[in-house]
Amino acid sequence: MKSYLAILSARFRVLLQYRMAAAAGFGTQLFWGLIRMMIFQAFYDSSSAAQPISRADVVTYIWLGQALLGFLPWNLDSDIRAMVRNGTVAYELLRPVDLYGAWYMRALAQRTAPTILRAIPLLLVAGLFFGMRPPANAHDLVCWIVTTLGAIAFSCAFTTLMNVTLVVTVSGEGVARFMPPLVYTLSGMLIPISLLPAWLIPIVNILPFRALVDTPFRAYLGQLPDREFAFALAHQLVWTIVCVIAGRAMLTRSVRRMVIQGG
Amino acid sequence: MQDTLALYFRLVSVCLRSKMQYRASFVLLSAGQFFSLALEFLAIWALFARFGSLKGWSLAEIGLFYGVTHGSFAVAEVIGRGFDTFSDMIKSGDFDRFLLRPRGTVLQVAGREFDGRLGRLAQSAVVFAWAIKSLPIAWDAGKVALLGAMFIGGVCLFYGLFVLQATMSFWTIETLEIMNAVTYGGTETGQYPLTIYKPWFRSIFTFVIPLACVNYLPAGLLFGHSAVSSMGTALLAISPVAGLLFLGLSLLSWQYGVKRYCSTGS
Repeated sequence: MKSYLAILSARFRVLLQYRMAAAAGFGTQLFWGLIRMMIFQAFYDSSSAAQPISRADVVTYIWLGQALLGFLPWNLDSDIRAMVRNGTVAYELLRPVDLYGAWYMRALAQRTAPTILRAIPLLLVAGLFFGMRPPANAHDLVCWIVTTLGAIAFSCAFTTLMNVTLVVTVSGEGVARFMPPLVYTLSGMLIPISLLPAWLIPIVNILPFRALVDTPFRAYLGQLPDREFAFALAHQLVWTIVCVIAGRAMLTRSVRRMVIQGG
Repeated sequence: MQDTLALYFRLVSVCLRSKMQYRASFVLLSAGQFFSLALEFLAIWALFARFGSLKGWSLAEIGLFYGVTHGSFAVAEVIGRGFDTFSDMIKSGDFDRFLLRPRGTVLQVAGREFDGRLGRLAQSAVVFAWAIKSLPIAWDAGKVALLGAMFIGGVCLFYGLFVLQATMSFWTIETLEIMNAVTYGGTETGQYPLTIYKPWFRSIFTFVIPLACVNYLPAGLLFGHSAVSSMGTALLAISPVAGLLFLGLSLLSWQYGVKRYCSTGS
């Protein structure tokens, strides 16, 4: 356990070095958030029909999304990609820790460190100037924190699974091109899932990706009644376990047949 | 001039041939882009299905905005790749070599790289074709010319933004990520009529970056939207020229940047 924590904290500190990148990301995400906010408000102003999510809540939803974008499993670990290409992945196999566990910890650092760095100023600015609201009560806050932890657990399991596919395919080009739009759309980041056409919602609800965005954000907005909350948590947990088992199995299998290039 | 163009096309064909060596990568890149944008347009469709209209504008009208904006951005993205990724040259010091050659820097940088991604172009063409088919516009020569002007003006505008982004890296070395907010953010903004945004935001995309001049204003004339056409037909009809002017100014700033360039020495 100690070695995993060491990997996590080392990666965390490396990633926190990129402060300029975080500042630049802050500016860009603020701008995007403003565009998206105005677009949604314009849609809400065009119709007087009642919507499953209110105009004010959509604003909060958008800002949460802009701030926590980095939690999504949208990219591969570029270091692992390089290691698989140039063969230094062999060193990883020599380390006296479980490879899957080590890579999961890398994913955890990759998902959290840069995101936290840019989320805090963005949420502050959005809260002060652009209509983002805090959770209505302590209950919502706790539910949000719990589901966010679930979202991160799933996100890292999925990131690790994607990284493991690198060992199989080497290039990873297909995963790198097709996963991001899929994750972005099906998680509810593009538009809140409750605004999708009614026939599509049950399908998206079963698929794993809503665990990343829609579940924690609805908890934040107080739209997750206790029964649904329990179900959503189970949904996050089951998909996390599925991804961990799949990732582990694929890694064990491919390490057994691995051919190290170069020399 | 003819000589320069011949050289440009030669550079481009070399680039394309080298890209085609990685066929699988090219296909995946294009298909991924198509897929990503198709999902984004489906999201717009889903919002229309739920809200009915967008402040009096229909989905087909948005489709035209979308097609023209993404189509012109796609062309600019493909031909402007050399400027888009220019900061790498500054960082590595490779730009110094260009200065030693007996040719203009604009030509060399423009022909440096050529992006093979066709996904955006294909996807916006599909949306554009659908929008043209569904819109009740009586097409005549003037309207077709206006549409062409919007498209060309858009290409010039986005190309100008890439040139400007490259120019800034003479001073900043890095590409400023905030430029993405006006390039990619510009396409996101241009998908919708400018009236839906707040006044300060509209001013930025009309007077600083004349995006409105190449899509919202002429399109208003095309649709005969009363909010826009009251501004005067002549003014609206020539507004796409602003894209050309923007490109001209960007190239001037580029020339100034080249004069002030100081190598990183790496």
